[in-house]
Amino acid sequence: MNLFATCILCLGAFSVNADGAPAVPARVLTGTSGQAVASEALPGDSVYQLDIPLTSQDAHVSKLSDLRGTPVLIAMFYTSCKYVCPLIVDSMLRVDKGLTADERAHLRVVLVSFDPEHDTPQALKAVAVERHLDLPRWSLDRTDAESVRKLAAVLGVQYRAIENGDFNHSTVISLLDKDGRIAARSSRTGEADPDLLAATKRELAGK
Amino acid sequence: MLRAAAVAFCLAAFTLPAAAADYLPIPGGSFASVLPPDGKAAPAIVAPFRLRSLPVTNAEFLDFVRTHRQWDRGRIASLFGDSQYLAHWSGPSELGAAGRNQPVTRVSWFAAEAFCESEHARLPTWYEFEFVAAADESHADARGDPAWRERILDWYARPSTTALPDVGSTPKNFYGARDVHGLIWEWVGDYASLMISGDNRDQGDPDLLKFCGAGALSTQDRENYAILMRIALLSSLKAADTTANLGFRCAKDATGDGK
Repeated sequence: MNLFATCILCLGAFSVNADGAPAVPARVLTGTSGQAVASEALPGDSVYQLDIPLTSQDAHVSKLSDLRGTPVLIAMFYTSCKYVCPLIVDSMLRVDKGLTADERAHLRVVLVSFDPEHDTPQALKAVAVERHLDLPRWSLDRTDAESVRKLAAVLGVQYRAIENGDFNHSTVISLLDKDGRIAARSSRTGEADPDLLAATKRELAGK
Repeated sequence: MLRAAAVAFCLAAFTLPAAAADYLPIPGGSFASVLPPDGKAAPAIVAPFRLRSLPVTNAEFLDFVRTHRQWDRGRIASLFGDSQYLAHWSGPSELGAAGRNQPVTRVSWFAAEAFCESEHARLPTWYEFEFVAAADESHADARGDPAWRERILDWYARPSTTALPDVGSTPKNFYGARDVHGLIWEWVGDYASLMISGDNRDQGDPDLLKFCGAGALSTQDRENYAILMRIALLSSLKAADTTANLGFRCAKDATGDGK
């Protein structure tokens, strides 16, 4: 509850803070592959200001900002997590399944690991296969330890490594718009979040 | 006029870099944190590290923004700093009335991290900060001393409307660090992980739907208000937030160049 309230405050803060930066919505051309060709400056409150490297379950190397151009559902997890992380994947799958086939084709779903030490591409791939994730539209990624902290900070995810290889972490699924601005967040796990689904459809329709 | 501007420009361009920051060796060790790693009573382990003896000053941060322009207040992405970022300076790269030797405040976690990276350092972890903050002038761990606790709490009671003193205005502690208490709040690298449950009844019953893994941390030492207030403040912040009394200092691993 508390966390949820914090998220609302966060969203409020994001819109207030936008005054410090060019508020002109960037026009983005989306190619057939879904790769974005940015034609204008990135908004100041875009998560893609954080240009961290990602390595996918197929060892494909990219930058976070390469996601620009299409709406993205993004969350953080780690593969050895037994309780919440499978539920985060469930929640994201539920949004995915609530979309039409056409809508779904334009949504990217990204999960980034807290645990670069253990989550190799192979470990990520195993989860992707086990959960029948639609690769490469979905991707499970790792990055370096410093970038994990920065990404958690921009997404408002709290986490801490604890002793037996587990992490305590808050659950936050963020919906990013085409330019990487946070359009919605959800902390509901393992169940459908109708608000998140509606927001995703809105972003996919281009608002 | 033009000439004056040119002279000013040259002076700015040729100002010698500030003397390299002074990093103190901190031996580290095992200690009782108010946030035990297992949520119960296990000691926190701090590996040997180095810590800046003083918080970062306005002058040092000014040098940084002049060479890293994406961090000046006119250019910083709003993702990385709120609207009050360095708002007390007279301009994006002018201090105005802000004292050169006052601790820099109104800096976000992102900006503090970037500054530390620029000197091949990082922000200290919470445990590193807490370890050093346990010391008084002559003891590595003075937390059991009621008089010392009282002294720290006096600082919290002081009105925050008066101007911040310069860095180095408090006595050296056991490790040689100054201003760990009595000047400002300080960012730590892992500030976002200081999850504490406000309700101790939760401790044996972790909310598995919210937190993956074991239960949230518990607060062992309820008398140590000074430290608990820091945790309360830090855990209320987001990484782009700034406040008038929140600054930072950097840390390095004991060996090697930096992190």
